[in-house]
Amino acid sequence: MPRCYRSVTDAEYVSDRMTTLPIHPATTPHAVPAPAPTPQSEWRTLRGTNVGDRLYRATLTALALVLPLLLVTLLAELVVGAWPAIKRFGLPFVWTSVWDPVAGVFGAAPMIFGTLASSLLALLIAVPLALGVAIYLTEFSPKWLRQPIAFLVELLAAIPSVVYGLWGIFVLIPFLRSYVVPPLRATLGWTPLFGGVFYGNSLLAGGIILAIMIVPYIAAVSREVLLAVPASQREAALGMGATRWEAVWTAVVPYGRAGLIGAVILGLGRALGETMAVTMVIGNRHDISLSVLQPAYTMAAAIANEFSEAVSDLHLAAMFEVGLVLFVVTVIVNACARLLIWRVARGTAVGSRAL
Amino acid sequence: MSGRSLRRHVTSGLMTGLVAVLSFTAVLALVLILGDLIAKGASSLNWDFFTKNPVPAGQSGGGVANAIVGTGIIVGLAALIGLPIGIGTGLYLAEYGSGRLGWFVADVLNGTPSIVIGIFAWTWLVRPMGGYSALAGSVALAALMIPMIARTTEEMVRLVPHSLREAALALGYPRWRTSLRVVARTALAGIVTGCLVGVARIAGETAPLLFTALGNLNFSTSVTQPMQTLPHQIYEYASGPFEEWHRLAWASALVLMSLVLLLGVTARWAIRQRHGAAR
Repeated sequence: MPRCYRSVTDAEYVSDRMTTLPIHPATTPHAVPAPAPTPQSEWRTLRGTNVGDRLYRATLTALALVLPLLLVTLLAELVVGAWPAIKRFGLPFVWTSVWDPVAGVFGAAPMIFGTLASSLLALLIAVPLALGVAIYLTEFSPKWLRQPIAFLVELLAAIPSVVYGLWGIFVLIPFLRSYVVPPLRATLGWTPLFGGVFYGNSLLAGGIILAIMIVPYIAAVSREVLLAVPASQREAALGMGATRWEAVWTAVVPYGRAGLIGAVILGLGRALGETMAVTMVIGNRHDISLSVLQPAYTMAAAIANEFSEAVSDLHLAAMFEVGLVLFVVTVIVNACARLLIWRVARGTAVGSRAL
Repeated sequence: MSGRSLRRHVTSGLMTGLVAVLSFTAVLALVLILGDLIAKGASSLNWDFFTKNPVPAGQSGGGVANAIVGTGIIVGLAALIGLPIGIGTGLYLAEYGSGRLGWFVADVLNGTPSIVIGIFAWTWLVRPMGGYSALAGSVALAALMIPMIARTTEEMVRLVPHSLREAALALGYPRWRTSLRVVARTALAGIVTGCLVGVARIAGETAPLLFTALGNLNFSTSVTQPMQTLPHQIYEYASGPFEEWHRLAWASALVLMSLVLLLGVTARWAIRQRHGAAR
């Protein structure tokens, strides 16, 4: 009697298949050997090693290789481009301040100072704002307000840099000139931080614009971090008689501290590399001044202004070196931020989204 | 209530008020900027603005037709280059990636200043080709976009329940068809959202275009020639001395902002359709 399908019970048939089909093909692709009598092609299909699969995997791998390649070529090209300047000026490039394209002498200290000063000023303003937003949204706000406020704050990240610059030139600077700087100078004008004549374009204007620009990034990541704090932390604090603010400040915030610091550093990374808005309002003066009312220069602004107008090969190499310094600094800052954030909110793509 | 307890509750109330005020301050900044854009830009929007090219400095009238078309071409080309690579990388990270190293590379590139990406495109395209070109600008924008798209795609694909994948494999689907027809398809709304947000982000970029696409006073559709874009036009007009230019800069900024918001809001809407209220 010929063996027909019915002669095998459903249970046997199913169990036969199930034992040979790996549950997680990704982790154990070859763990179970295929039985001999079945046609090879069918099992290959099931085990995920057929031609289509290989082609698919090869295509995706090729596409995925673009990113690491981009990173490596970017670094290599910056080093190669900057080499003449590195050889000529060595390490003093980062702490000397003469920048004379005609004489061929380059020192980037004022730009590095301006980049750090404007970013720190931005953090000083943005961190309280952003943490306020994050804490308010996760802990205190009425439910119906959460979505709209989170959306509006994230919209700040969607405004193009050049639009911030435009607003800075025609709205913020006139506002500072008429309402903020006169009282500042009247009360604090004797300190070196607020000395000198205010022309408009200044470290202060750059710092404020930067602060508005990085608030959404810090707020979004901080919010994710605070959301990742277990409810039991809050409940325990409240259960011991803490007020709502005490629960937040003594239980929730310390629990997420690493992630919050990561969020701030991420904001710092954004501020360091921001170009257009800063270029438009910071004054672009190659000079170190302690006063926030004076013009300054940043690395990104220098590249934006001078790169395509480099007067000599050495000038161009110096621009490459500025780019290299900027790149290395942002990579280090971002890497620190990611590691800190991952400790709290593991593996989420926080901060990589705008809107 | 004892004095100490009272003080603690007052502190709690004050701090709650403070964080609320800080939140509304952040929102206020947005409202102010958008309000100024409309107040100073809307009055200059007319038919000429969209259909005419810039006129020589000092004359009145003229529009930014060349910049609008240029933005369309450069961003479109960037999307054409960047989206397939970004989505492919995201799928790779989700399907075969082992986590940290892939994220690390993508996140580091995500944080790379856009002006440095401009230097990258200048070195590999402008210098060898012997001149500024729209193509170089597109490549720079694509390079900015890839890590962003890759991360959102990966995140969206990882949200797809494993049971769906197992069901497809159990039915005898090969892995590649499972990945494309079942997994990627389930995550489609999220991937599209990521793409729209990515395009919106690069549409507003100026820095990488400064020494790649350069800008152009005339109408040009050739991708091997310099081309004008809206962000670059805003930068030039805002930095210039003429009232007329400032007026056009505000109007251009309003148009650019509307474009970016349109893409962003479409993206939000797309993800709501799929996942209900987003986080």
